[in-house]
Amino acid sequence: MIGENTRLPTNRIDMLIEIDSVFGNSPHRPDTVTGSGSVGKKASATCCMARPTVRRSTAAARFRRLKEFPLSNRLFTCLVALLSASIVSCSSANNRSDHQLVLTGSSTVAPLVLEMAKRFESQHPGVRVDVQTGGSSRGIADAMRGLADIGMASRSLREEEYELHAFAIARDGVCVILHRDNPIEALTDAQIVAIYSGEIVNWSDVGGHDAPITVVNKAAGRSTLELFLEYFDLSSTEIRADVVIGDNEQGIKTVAGNSNAIGYVSIGTAEFDASAGIAIKLLPVGTVAASVDNVATGSFPLSRPLNLVTRSEPNGLAATFIEFARSDSVHDLIREQYFVPIVP
Amino acid sequence: MYRSYRDQWLLWWIRGCAVLAGMIVLLIAVFLLLESLPALRHIGLSRFFTDPSWHPAATAAQGRFNLVPMLAGTLLAMTGAVAIATPLGIGSALFCHFYAPPLLATAYRRLIELLAGIPSVVYGFWGLVVLVPLIARWQPPGASLLAGILILSVMVLPTITLVADAAFSNVPREYLHGAAALGLSRWGTIRGIVLPTARSGLLTGMILGTGRAIGETMAVLMVCGNVVRMPDSLFDPVRTITANIALEMAYAVDDHRSALFVSGLLLMVMVIALVAAADTVSRRDGNG
Repeated sequence: MIGENTRLPTNRIDMLIEIDSVFGNSPHRPDTVTGSGSVGKKASATCCMARPTVRRSTAAARFRRLKEFPLSNRLFTCLVALLSASIVSCSSANNRSDHQLVLTGSSTVAPLVLEMAKRFESQHPGVRVDVQTGGSSRGIADAMRGLADIGMASRSLREEEYELHAFAIARDGVCVILHRDNPIEALTDAQIVAIYSGEIVNWSDVGGHDAPITVVNKAAGRSTLELFLEYFDLSSTEIRADVVIGDNEQGIKTVAGNSNAIGYVSIGTAEFDASAGIAIKLLPVGTVAASVDNVATGSFPLSRPLNLVTRSEPNGLAATFIEFARSDSVHDLIREQYFVPIVP
Repeated sequence: MYRSYRDQWLLWWIRGCAVLAGMIVLLIAVFLLLESLPALRHIGLSRFFTDPSWHPAATAAQGRFNLVPMLAGTLLAMTGAVAIATPLGIGSALFCHFYAPPLLATAYRRLIELLAGIPSVVYGFWGLVVLVPLIARWQPPGASLLAGILILSVMVLPTITLVADAAFSNVPREYLHGAAALGLSRWGTIRGIVLPTARSGLLTGMILGTGRAIGETMAVLMVCGNVVRMPDSLFDPVRTITANIALEMAYAVDDHRSALFVSGLLLMVMVIALVAAADTVSRRDGNG
């Protein structure tokens, strides 16, 4: 629970203000802020109580909070959300109106959809769009069970999910990255498979320096990992990793800090970081260079669609939102997040 | 009259606070148990220790759920960190209390307090961009048990130092005066009188530090490499239980999610054992 203390001051005040607005006694008395207990306990209590107000705040506020929260904080909020899930999910499923949309799913898609939701809310006064993250699997499961109006998934639908409807809003590509000082300019698919399955453990075997390879892999459940495994026809039990990472930035930092590392991350993030001078380079797949442009044209093989998923043919507000998310008017938002708009 | 009314009010307010604090802990424990139940029922406790590996899946039959390498990772990182931080912490508290001139001692104490206040992500980020590349140049891949131990010991150090410092302040003045009257040297006083008297305080500090080391997530997640495997050496990557929960929580469903709650339950049991140990130690010392 110690990790939660990071950035507490602003968040805590934020939450206390929200609580006060719930109980209707603002302005809140300062002694209630400083009066009790340890910081950790206080945070847990305030989080619990702040939960019901999440639906009150706008997407803008929520997005700000998402960006400010470090992983552990988000995780904690997630825990608290689960705590109250039994109560909240029932009411949210039943009391859903024409003024509220609930989207859950992929943490890759969520930041993009949050930006879209902000713009959508400003264009449709009185409408509230609630975006929660939890991975593609959760997005699809929630859409299937009707816990969310729209699920978000950073992959195509699988065969067993045929009854769902998917709407692509953008594309994302995954590319293999090396440290900038690594002399290797390209690897064949077979070499990458051999490196990741532990058959090749030294760079000299693929034409590089005599140095052990540090294999950087993603943690289970990440859609980047799924795409990578699927493309290279590997299973997660075959992979012999030296480092397992969570998000793209951590992967880039790990590779940039180790000249013998190999990893894979989202192209958008990698291209941006490489152009910002971080010591990584993007390897082509086959003969196709890893670039956002090649993802857009669909020629880059290691790419995936970012989908909005619904249980039935969307209607009402959900249909309006999906149409909006697929329109030209959000292409600037897609590019801002280093994803690639879908060109019809 | 007025006074007793105020007392009543205060009494109920304090009772309310106590109940609230107690309830939160109890609710968390109950919640953990409830969420763990599906995994305990479908997977069974023994499989968490006998399965061939940790390759979780949404259903019990498809996944493999061996927690032992992660338990080992947690325990090794924790033990290593406490083993490094304890002598350093007690040493610096001794320096602060008995050797440093008052002005330096105050400044030093503030510095240690500052160290305690640095958020764990900052340590983690520093570890990721400085410490790990440094180790990688010497013993690749760098992200390793060693990196975790070093980061954790820096994080645990202020806890142990501050508690040790407080314990030294609690040594009765008469003992020190007595030692001075007997003509004991400074080190003789420390070894013969201060350390034995402050023993329970020092142990409490160690246990608090251990608790922090067990629970730490972010920093460890960033520097340990997170590969689920029994480490053969200090330079092998490890994954701790907390890091595992943080890495997989957002993506886990059904039995996998429940299995993560089981690992959380294990952590809780470890912390309860620690608290019990701390309690026993301080009680035995109080009686003896």
